[in-house]
Amino acid sequence: MYEPILTRNIGVADSEKIATYLARGGYEATRVALTQHTPAELIDMVKRAGLRGRGGAGFPAGTKWGFMPVDPALPKIVAVNTDEGEPGTFKDRALVERDPHQVIEGVIIAAYAVGANRAYVYIRGEFFLGVKRWIKAIADAYERGFLGRDILGSGFDLDLSVHRGAGAYICGEETAMLESLEGKPGNPRLKPPYPAQRGLFGLPTLVHNVETLACIPHIVLRGPAWFAGIGTRQSTGPKIFCVSGHVNRPGNYELPLGTPLREIIEGHAGGMSGGRKLKAVIPGGASTPVLTADQIDTPMAFETLAAAGSALGTGAIIVMDETTCMVEAARRLTRFFAHESCGRCVPCRVGSQRLYETLDRIECGKGRPGDIDLALQIAQAVDGTTFCPMGGALANPARSTIERFRGEYEYHIAHRQCAMQTGRATAIVHRLSSGRSVRGQNFNRRRRP
Amino acid sequence: MATVAEAGTRDVSPAKRAMLLTALYIAQEQHGWLTPQALDRVARRFDMTPGQVYATASFYTLFKLAPQGRYRIQVCEGLSCYLVGGAEPVIAQVGRQLDLRPGETSPDGRFTLEVVECLASCGTAPALRINDELYEHMTPEKIDRLLADLVAKT
Ligand SMILES: Cc1cc2nc3c(=O)[nH]c(=O)nc-3n(C[C@H](O)[C@H](O)[C@H](O)COP(=O)(O)O)c2cc1C
Ligand code: SF4
Ligand code: FES
Repeated sequence: MYEPILTRNIGVADSEKIATYLARGGYEATRVALTQHTPAELIDMVKRAGLRGRGGAGFPAGTKWGFMPVDPALPKIVAVNTDEGEPGTFKDRALVERDPHQVIEGVIIAAYAVGANRAYVYIRGEFFLGVKRWIKAIADAYERGFLGRDILGSGFDLDLSVHRGAGAYICGEETAMLESLEGKPGNPRLKPPYPAQRGLFGLPTLVHNVETLACIPHIVLRGPAWFAGIGTRQSTGPKIFCVSGHVNRPGNYELPLGTPLREIIEGHAGGMSGGRKLKAVIPGGASTPVLTADQIDTPMAFETLAAAGSALGTGAIIVMDETTCMVEAARRLTRFFAHESCGRCVPCRVGSQRLYETLDRIECGKGRPGDIDLALQIAQAVDGTTFCPMGGALANPARSTIERFRGEYEYHIAHRQCAMQTGRATAIVHRLSSGRSVRGQNFNRRRRP
Repeated sequence: MATVAEAGTRDVSPAKRAMLLTALYIAQEQHGWLTPQALDRVARRFDMTPGQVYATASFYTLFKLAPQGRYRIQVCEGLSCYLVGGAEPVIAQVGRQLDLRPGETSPDGRFTLEVVECLASCGTAPALRINDELYEHMTPEKIDRLLADLVAKT
């Protein structure tokens, strides 16, 4: 049996409180890191642990720490990405609401390692409880001397504060998040320079996802070899998988990276609901390509999912049974990206809307011959031609479902209806489409040069 | 004649500007939306033009530039909610019961129906939110009761 690490406190009464956290061995990692290790040693430990970012891109954390300039005269910053908004993903919200001190420890240790004395939490504006929990936890950590001046007598100072986002998925992209933290519209910046060179207020900034930071105290306490021993060679450590859709027990499951998809769906998540057959799985959140039922033995690791033609992303597993219309799934996800495009560059701003319109037409039984190829062309045109990685993300739902379920698209166009629920979804879509004024306005709101 | 450097000093200090979103949240609290007067006030406080403040405020969906109902009902239309019976059926039910279409505020100013993308409750879908409160595992019966309570309360 796998022993949960990141979620070990979740489920304990009052898990968010500092007293509970301390009673369960909390802040010991901070003490060890700040009093027994040099910053260089800690960077080396994270490198040897093989920890890769849990925010979607999977970049090696230790390498990123190593990119931060060492010049002690240069102020540096750590920014915590709590903007979790990728459809299907709900792990960071759980970590922050239920065990915020674990993340704070990660922040302290990371800041100490890269020489940052200022840290910011950027949290999704909708996470009301999360905001409250962050604020309370930070206040308690200050009171106990884990934040502020001369932490635990180590001579290291760190200030941490919370900034709320205000409803824009793109602000999860690290440079858009920095713009938003600076009080501006969340338009991504061109990279390079990377945040480690020029980040918040032009200062070197280390950006991490909440789950990545939650791993840090455990690496310090139990050692990099222990961490690297979990998972596969290229994907080490624990991972929280968010399972949603057609399973009996949706929820967050913490397991070693490399756990086969089948074990997660059939074992932990209790199998398919209603005993229906599996049709497709989106393994890593809305932006990752769909897998087919025969790929269910793929291990959930960075390298194996890449080989299977998808990506680990955020580890958000969306399970779809045989009754699911794949055109509708793609249409819905593409609509999300069209709403959330920041509007900065043409391929993403226009492409996402054209792609959505094309899928909408097909799903609603108004598809024209050639629409499938049109959708593929648009997906091709936005992938890799945009300012930030959103272009590649928004191309995936349409492209991967067309590649793997082209017959369903053809059926829609030939029969002017859905093969799956025979018009159930479409009827509803039709009825409501005229009234979708809120998001319709948003289409225009973010459109600016 | 102003030099470029002097023109540059008219920019707000970065640390001050970083408080803009917070200031907008506070300004919004009074009326539940950002009135033109509120935007002007924030602009003066930050030495910015109202246009600059508007550019930031209008980017974010949680900043409201029109009056909102006292109860804002946000229904998720994301894929995970849709798969388990949420999204459009829930939007339709709420809309029917409160006589609202998505994006509308009731004439008496009590309710606004909003459609949103993913509330990060996909594992406890279908989900909706009323003001600061999240409601998970929604069923038609639960929604009925929730709305009836809400109508009775207002
Ligand atoms: C469109 C887009 C949205 C993103 N949203 C998030 C997010 O909500 N949370 C997050 O941690 N990372 C998000 N990322 C990834 C960040 O840009 C960044 O890679 C990450 O925060 C780095 O942290 P990590 O190295 O710990 O993963 C997003 C990236 C893109 C392109
Ligand atoms: S790709 Fe999309 S989200 Fe990214 S900068 Fe361009 S318009 Fe904005
Ligand atoms: S899809 Fe509805 S909460 Fe995520």
